[in-house]
Amino acid sequence: MLLKLKIWRQKRGQKKGSFENYEMDHLSPDMSFLEMLDQLNEDLVGQKKVPVAFDHDCREGICGSCSLVINGNPHGPHAGSAVCQLHLRSFKDKEEIWIEPFRAKAFPVLQDLIVDRSAFDRIIQSGAYVSVNTGQAPEAHSILVEKAKAEEAFSHAACIGCGACVAVCKNASASLFVAAKVSHLALLPQGKVEKKARVLKMVKQMEKEGFGACTNTGACSRACPKEISLHSIARMNREYFKSIF
Amino acid sequence: MRKWFFLSIGQKYLIGLTGLGLALFVLLHMLGNLLIFAGDKAYNLYMHQMVHGKAAFFIQVGLLAAFLLHIILALFLSVKNYFSRSEKYARQASGWKATAWYQKSLIFQGAIILVFVVLHLITFKFGTYYEVVYEGKTIRNLFQLVVEEFQKPVTVLWYLIALLVLCVHLFHGLISSFQSLGLSHPRFDFWIKKLSFGYAVFVTMGYVSLPLYVFFFMTEKGG
Ligand code: HEM
Ligand code: FES
Repeated sequence: MLLKLKIWRQKRGQKKGSFENYEMDHLSPDMSFLEMLDQLNEDLVGQKKVPVAFDHDCREGICGSCSLVINGNPHGPHAGSAVCQLHLRSFKDKEEIWIEPFRAKAFPVLQDLIVDRSAFDRIIQSGAYVSVNTGQAPEAHSILVEKAKAEEAFSHAACIGCGACVAVCKNASASLFVAAKVSHLALLPQGKVEKKARVLKMVKQMEKEGFGACTNTGACSRACPKEISLHSIARMNREYFKSIF
Repeated sequence: MRKWFFLSIGQKYLIGLTGLGLALFVLLHMLGNLLIFAGDKAYNLYMHQMVHGKAAFFIQVGLLAAFLLHIILALFLSVKNYFSRSEKYARQASGWKATAWYQKSLIFQGAIILVFVVLHLITFKFGTYYEVVYEGKTIRNLFQLVVEEFQKPVTVLWYLIALLVLCVHLFHGLISSFQSLGLSHPRFDFWIKKLSFGYAVFVTMGYVSLPLYVFFFMTEKGG
């Protein structure tokens, strides 16, 4: 199949970029989207041109590195999957495909399609941890966790921190990411001890990084490759409220 | 205090609380106005009570404060949100991942509501002061003013448009405020959506019935 790509190119250290056209022919519909970009880059290198920079690592939807916006959709058109899990069969022959980086003030573009997501790391550092003494691993059964709570905590822990929630949000808000971490830890006994301080520190850091506020549109949850639920945000808001008293 | 005014989650609590307060007001205001159907005496006496009752002053000050706080915070956050994306996308998300038009246009809905409220107050609260005497007591004849105003097709049309906007704003706003206040929960989600929709439609239908009824079935004499 043939695809007409419009790819965002932005040189390292420059504030501005623009779209460039690339036509890829003789593509197999069974190729993954990232394989197509690999192919393009090999062609570009062959022509002594600069390859397109894009983030990727595990290519199986677990690391959260890949971060493309395809025709306006972070991670492409499908629900519950990352762009590394997207295949060309999801597109039509001769289709025009716009490929952009995640766009947010807090995620500056480093080069082409790669953005700097260290704002997320700083939010994690600000409070998404539990303080425990190191040493021998404690006996697993010494702290009991209710099954339903464990399941719910796990559904929030599934967040891979890719930033698609920020990318799709009309406000470039990091609420879903922060809420997933806050909820995950607040639900577990190990995280309960520090939960008041945690939610405040993380929310403060989130604001400091320049993310927007939440308008409760729900687009984040729909774009999330791990389908983190919006209820995490309600829980974060509750935890925030309780932290005041 | 700092947590309420300087962090967005606190600000959203306040937008949600003031929004819910305003939503309660629009319901009560609509129900009160339905007294139009009961005739001039019931309507005028009720409105007199509303404006001159013991609690009237406090309710009005509270309403004004809620309205202003809602607007200021909403405006502040909308500006901040706008600037948290420096470079716009060339393509908008579509299908499942798209954001609904009524969620993208909240601030514009708000702007229309604000213009509406100002004009509404000019027309009615600060409009022509007709008088009427019931049992020897002279009070304001708002009934006459309402009937007079809703004879004008342009006014009726403008009310219909503004009320539809309010309906849309209420629908998103109610669902959203449950979320902002941390009250949404998998078990209630279904009912929160249904209730918000029902509330918004009920309030709007109630209001819409007034200008339409007056325009089509009443004359300036109020018969
Ligand atoms: C009677 C009039 C109004 C009612 C009943 C109302 C109700 C609400 C409610 C319940 C919310 C949801 C709060 C939340 O998400 O927590 C909301 C949000 C909002 N309102 Fe209003 N509102 C009214 C007037 C206005 C006006 C006059 C403006 C602006 C000039 C405005 C602008 C907004 C904006 C921008 C939001 C979304 C804020 C955000 O999530 O970023 N509203 N409104
Ligand atoms: S490359 Fe790891 S999630 Fe896509």
